[in-house]
Amino acid sequence: MRTDSTNRPGAHAAVATAPAVPPSAARRPVDGRQVRLTLRRAGKHTLLILGVLTTLYPVLWMVVSSLRPDGDIFGNPSLLLTTFHAENYVYGWTALGRPFSAYLLNSAIVVIGSIIGNLVSCSMAAYAFARLRFRFQRPAFAYMLVSIMLPIHVVIVPQYILWAQAGLVNSFWPLIVPKLLATDAFFIFLMIQFIRGLPRELDDAARIDGAGHGRIFFLIILPLMKPALATTAIFTFIWTWNDFFSQLIYLTDPQKYTVPIALRSFIDAQSTSSFGGMFAMSVVAIVPLVLAFALGQKYLVQGIATTGLK
Amino acid sequence: MTLKEEVSMSVAELQRLTRSTSRIPQATPDNKAALAFLGPWVLGAAVLTLGPILASLYLAFTDYNLLQNANWIGLANFERMLTDTRLHQSLVVTFVYVLVGVPGQLLVALALALLLDRGLRGRALYRSAFYLPSLLGASVAIAVLWRLVFGGSGLVNAMLGVVGIHTTTSWIGSPDTALGTIILLHIWTFGSPMVIFLAGLRQIPVELYEAAATDGAGPWRRFRAITLPLLTPIIFFNLVLATINSFSSFTQAFIVSGGTGGPSDSLLFYTLYLYQEGFSSFRMGYASALAWLLVLIIGAFTAINFWLSKYWVHYEN
Repeated sequence: MRTDSTNRPGAHAAVATAPAVPPSAARRPVDGRQVRLTLRRAGKHTLLILGVLTTLYPVLWMVVSSLRPDGDIFGNPSLLLTTFHAENYVYGWTALGRPFSAYLLNSAIVVIGSIIGNLVSCSMAAYAFARLRFRFQRPAFAYMLVSIMLPIHVVIVPQYILWAQAGLVNSFWPLIVPKLLATDAFFIFLMIQFIRGLPRELDDAARIDGAGHGRIFFLIILPLMKPALATTAIFTFIWTWNDFFSQLIYLTDPQKYTVPIALRSFIDAQSTSSFGGMFAMSVVAIVPLVLAFALGQKYLVQGIATTGLK
Repeated sequence: MTLKEEVSMSVAELQRLTRSTSRIPQATPDNKAALAFLGPWVLGAAVLTLGPILASLYLAFTDYNLLQNANWIGLANFERMLTDTRLHQSLVVTFVYVLVGVPGQLLVALALALLLDRGLRGRALYRSAFYLPSLLGASVAIAVLWRLVFGGSGLVNAMLGVVGIHTTTSWIGSPDTALGTIILLHIWTFGSPMVIFLAGLRQIPVELYEAAATDGAGPWRRFRAITLPLLTPIIFFNLVLATINSFSSFTQAFIVSGGTGGPSDSLLFYTLYLYQEGFSSFRMGYASALAWLLVLIIGAFTAINFWLSKYWVHYEN
């Protein structure tokens, strides 16, 4: 963000006026203004740091509490850790019917399947909408746009009946197949916008050289749309990892529980289980999100800023 | 010559060509190729969205319950809505959540975006820290945390104890405060609209501020006359998006209330009620009708937002 600082009005003014100020002690007012500016800046930073601490406090408290003995968790709002009590993690890992790694693995399967599905199916559909001319293009495009706004609740009942009749409830298919069939129309839209920004001359040149649409897509468009693919991958990861509604509906067999559903069963068993274990596994559940955030921040911020993704 | 070099050379040639002739004549429509590229989408649209939409519309007029065949019952599901007090309760809860939570979140987001505007040292770091809750907020883990923070012997009461207010009343167990904790959770995820606001603020030309400062406009006047009007399209965008999303809010209310809807149904969000009807009681016909009512409500709110926008959203010509 260093480039920003040269753009701001204050910076221009400072650069422009600095040489004009004679280095004489008679110009007290300038010094006064300087002091006021510094004070204001310090005040702003104090406010922001306080804001950050307040905002992140609950999460930090959760991490710290997960390392405290059970009896010490409540009634202790402090973020300072006096003892290091890792037992919660050992306990929480095995507190449910199966080791927590089983739930992490199930979540990973759903997430990876969804990412692959969205990347492949949405990029193909986006190429067709952005670059091809075909019959029913307008109604198809209009339907795609409308389906972005469609709340999942309208289709969930019939979809559930469909999967139940196919005998595939309590499998990962109801969660992954929709992504393989490009039902996350939002990402199609995002990729269409990106492809439209690529110069058409590239395709035309390749076509003149004899390349078909398959070659143009794989050799020209796909490599160029890496940023859009990265944004899609990271948002699919976060949404699928956090998804509760559809996983709650489709996964009722503890063998198939994903992380959110497993955490939920902690609550049901709360009278017998420890808070420490629940906290520890909640921390485990958000680690992948924080990692995704740290690694993919650039694409996340781009994605939100350009399209309003959540 | 690599393909890349070839392509870039051809591009140069083509650019020369296109400058003289206005456009390369399009070849015949690419129907076959389109079918290949759109195959998965067409199948998904037919089987997983369009088909289910029609099925759901039909089911809304039936008594389908997953076990027996669906019987056409006309408008009975919609008549039931008129006297369904739990539905009315869920509408009240959801409306309060949307009408308080959405503006609350956008206000915080806007305030922080203004503080973080241009040239502040550590801006990227602040932005990341404020954005993090948006990523976590939808997760079950954070909803679990909220349960413990606002529980009877939770963090909030512990902090109140430190300042001398001793209480063990659970914030999520009391019908008066339960919804407030979920609204707070929603406001806490102000990071994503904040990032959109920041992107909007960067679009405002610096020259406007310079000109206004030269004319003697103070910070407040510059905000009122430049920042706010030029930001109204972004505020509108955020408002429409947040309103639509908030109506679908489900996870937090479900986890915090343990799936029940909370004390006196004070956490009975619309989608939670829909879930209970459709997937606990298996009244799938009624649940389908509820889903369509939700579509109508979201549509109405979006339409109202668009209609109101002409009174306050400033578009540059």
